[in-house]
Amino acid sequence: MRPTAVGTPVDRADARSKVTGTACYTVDVVLPDLAHAVVVQSTVPTGRIVRIDAAAAERAPGVLGVLSHANTPSLAEVPTFPQGPAGQRRPPLQDDTVNFDGEHLAVVVADTLHHAAQAAALIDVAYDREEAVTTLEAGDELPPSGIFGEAPDSVRGDPEAALARAEVRLDATYTTPTEHHHPLEPGATVAAWDGGRLTLYDSTQWVSGVRDAVAMTLGMATDQVRVVSPFVGGAFGSKAMVWPHVVLAALAARHVGRPVKLVLSRAQMFTSLGYRSPTVQRLSLGARQDGTLTAIVHAVTQQTSVFEEFVAGAGYISRSLYACPNVAVRHRLVRVNAPTPTVMRAPGEAVGSFALESALDELAAQSGVDPVALRLRNFAEDEPQEGLAWSSNALRECYQVGAERFGWERRTTEPRSMREGRHLVGWGMASATYGVHSEAAAARVRICADGRILVTSGTQDLGTGTYTTMVQVAADALGVPVERVTAALGDTDLPPAPHSGGSQTAASVGPAVWSAALDACSKVLALAEQGDSYAEILTRHGIEFVEGRGDARPGASASRFAMRSFGAHFAEVQVDPELGEVRLTRFCGVFGAGRILNPKTARSQMIGGIVGGTGMALTERTVTDRRLGRVVSPNLSGYAVPTHADIPWIDVCFIDEHDPHVNALGVKGIGEVAIVGVAAAIANAVHHATGRRIRDLPITPQTLL
Amino acid sequence: MAPLEYLRPSDEGAAIALAEADGRACLLAGGTDVVGLLKDGVLAPSRLVDINALPIAGVEIRDGGLSIGALTRLSDVADHPAVRGRFPALAHAVLAAASPQLRNMATVGGSLLQRTRCGYFRDPVTPCNKRAPGTGCSAIDGEHRLHAILGGSDRCIAVHPSDPAVALLALDAVVRTRGSRKERAIPVDDLYLLPGSTPERETLLEHGELIVAVELPATSFAARSCYLKVRERASFEFALVSAAVALDVRGGVIRTARVALGGVAPRPWRARAAEAVLRGSRMTEATIAAAASAAVRDARPREQNAFKVELVRRVLTRVLATAGAGG
Repeated sequence: MRPTAVGTPVDRADARSKVTGTACYTVDVVLPDLAHAVVVQSTVPTGRIVRIDAAAAERAPGVLGVLSHANTPSLAEVPTFPQGPAGQRRPPLQDDTVNFDGEHLAVVVADTLHHAAQAAALIDVAYDREEAVTTLEAGDELPPSGIFGEAPDSVRGDPEAALARAEVRLDATYTTPTEHHHPLEPGATVAAWDGGRLTLYDSTQWVSGVRDAVAMTLGMATDQVRVVSPFVGGAFGSKAMVWPHVVLAALAARHVGRPVKLVLSRAQMFTSLGYRSPTVQRLSLGARQDGTLTAIVHAVTQQTSVFEEFVAGAGYISRSLYACPNVAVRHRLVRVNAPTPTVMRAPGEAVGSFALESALDELAAQSGVDPVALRLRNFAEDEPQEGLAWSSNALRECYQVGAERFGWERRTTEPRSMREGRHLVGWGMASATYGVHSEAAAARVRICADGRILVTSGTQDLGTGTYTTMVQVAADALGVPVERVTAALGDTDLPPAPHSGGSQTAASVGPAVWSAALDACSKVLALAEQGDSYAEILTRHGIEFVEGRGDARPGASASRFAMRSFGAHFAEVQVDPELGEVRLTRFCGVFGAGRILNPKTARSQMIGGIVGGTGMALTERTVTDRRLGRVVSPNLSGYAVPTHADIPWIDVCFIDEHDPHVNALGVKGIGEVAIVGVAAAIANAVHHATGRRIRDLPITPQTLL
Repeated sequence: MAPLEYLRPSDEGAAIALAEADGRACLLAGGTDVVGLLKDGVLAPSRLVDINALPIAGVEIRDGGLSIGALTRLSDVADHPAVRGRFPALAHAVLAAASPQLRNMATVGGSLLQRTRCGYFRDPVTPCNKRAPGTGCSAIDGEHRLHAILGGSDRCIAVHPSDPAVALLALDAVVRTRGSRKERAIPVDDLYLLPGSTPERETLLEHGELIVAVELPATSFAARSCYLKVRERASFEFALVSAAVALDVRGGVIRTARVALGGVAPRPWRARAAEAVLRGSRMTEATIAAAASAAVRDARPREQNAFKVELVRRVLTRVLATAGAGG
């Protein structure tokens, strides 16, 4: 490859259409005769529906139909990820049980959104309410049956003995609250039937997952369902799985015999698209006096719904980040009358790293070792759990480059020792890591006689830049300028690709595009001697276009190497010592994440992850009333994400890393490593500023008084 | 949102008549609060009287003070040189409110009548004595981290959310109102009712009575005034605790003091006990500490909002020191 496009900051291919508003998101889709659906949700956390009175709603102006468990056909269950594509196994509107507040109970369809909303307010539901478990603390702990195919508990070495012998010991409990993804675009589906064929426009991270889940739920052949999702207004995991509102849109459209648009409200998004489970994490560290880790015990309790298991492996990060001979990880679940949680940007690592990297900072303070030096001392030369060699690992460079860019050597050790005017200044840091994931993916590359190149794949662009990076890959494979290449994505009619989660899109689809482009190139070259342009060759042969196909799948390297992205975060906060207000004033994130296809879109992704981590650290939490089991203030005033005023300029740097093992392109994936460790870096900075160790997120003025 | 009749009169008399004629009418000014309440089903008026066409916007200098038309947008209030120069607490408070986009819409009259952010008030499903009298207060035994430590009752502990209202209270502002039968001048201090047993009644205003202007009198203490707000993010966030103070200090002695608190009570809260400590005293650390403590002497904190008692003390300590230093 002559890398003329890959690795350069090519402008986002879809920038103009997004800035000018012509990019058609699912919420923008308009079809002839489109009707609108509004979901009615439960207002109690558990119990039975005694009665759903829809008479007034059915008589209301413009109403075309009402669906509830009384008139909804029997639907098949779809397994929850990773066994299947569903976010929730339990199909909607099947019986009279209520398992959580905010569960879908009915759908009202009308000629306009306004009529549907108005009628939805007229649905009267009577419940026979039962006793609910509404908090993690209130339920019994159960061992999960598995975590994405891994055992929930694992032990290497003898952590208890090592703890007992340790020269330095730390035992602390850290908590993180329920967090919600809240992408800008809500969950939204437009469903249109044509005889027995169904087309769904859906805001999703996984078009083929939606197709499979809906086909399975409705008992249809998958080739009877097409899913289209050209633009997604953010997701962060909330649209990785298929949630019940999607099939409700399809049912509603079939019920009224018209295409139907269903858009969740912001309030409904608190209970309809999953969330990040709260965690209680007990971390015990043992170390030698010089900070060398001898034992880590990481025990995590999280919640799931009363009807199924979902658990993110928050403790696993403690097995693989540092060299430590004795490590135990334990995961427990509590069943709560709440929706099923789901993946959220770096599921597991994002919250697990808050505990681990806070604890490392506590260990640094206890043992008198600089936090960066402590991490270097515990650097894992090989992957510590399986003992495999790293395919590549730039973590040491991340520390070093980050420390230099941030000016870490000017940090004074003692808490409360740095000031700016009346404010206390704190510098903190943390490590980041996230696994390299990829799945089988396919792509096609078409070379046209007019010189244009078209890349197609049934993957998704969540706003991360897939349209742009796939064009860059094809352009380089074919040796043509990026201006010649366009991409079409987000359609199950295109070659299949996996869900856009686990930071795997570039690593999965990129090699497929590369291979398809080479295939197309070889087909053209077979027609003529080299030297001619593609267009000349095809024109001379009177061929309109040739098409190359590419399939890529994870290689054998996965069993020979441990593959992870790494990073280091450096944060500066200023804290008002009397009022407890924390402001992030500087941030530097340095990442070793393999080949960076596009430094401009990659930088945006890292900034987004760091902003997300800042929200975790300082503002984000979903509050549920314990007695009602109901979210309080389910809106973006009650759930505070950082504003522009909260975010300083962020310094993002990538280490130039060539990894020959991960895949043909050397791509590791970047979307999730960005958020891992951010909250800990900020909490560590708060400790350095104030001397206060905050182990419960978010860190607010209240916690610092 | 239920169907409603939308009207946009262009003179005050018509607006008042249209509002008075319908017992379920609601006035619409900037709409930054009302529209959300309509969409959430908290308000369900049969008639919406949009007053934006009324000629009651703009800041005028009058009798040494200021008359601010009720429809003056918050961003215009904060920008006005006379506000910035002579009533600094108001400029600070306005700029601490909401976000720039909202301040371009929100009006000074509307900000006095902002409804509480209590999550139970804003959720039509949950019991709330303010929204649905007699149904009970969900916050008292529920989530009340952000609720009142002063002035609440066993029926309601919701907090008034406005920043500008706190500053206007400290500056002795007067609200000019107009109804079909009378015009009134109501000091901001008298405008608000405590919840008591009728939390649904929040102000003295009668149905259809229109705020036409907010007047800031010339006082000896306005120039030395300031506002401080503590919140969980840097913008677009309501106060955990805020305070406006205004001082007249002559010869080192405090002649007059105004101390108003936000984020702690069902109304912008006048801390008279703190004012009494300050009056006639010299601005020493001891005076400040005594005043700050006096302000929360009658506080009735609950499990989750007890931190506000200490936070009020600290906010007042800071803001009094700032104002005392000539700020």
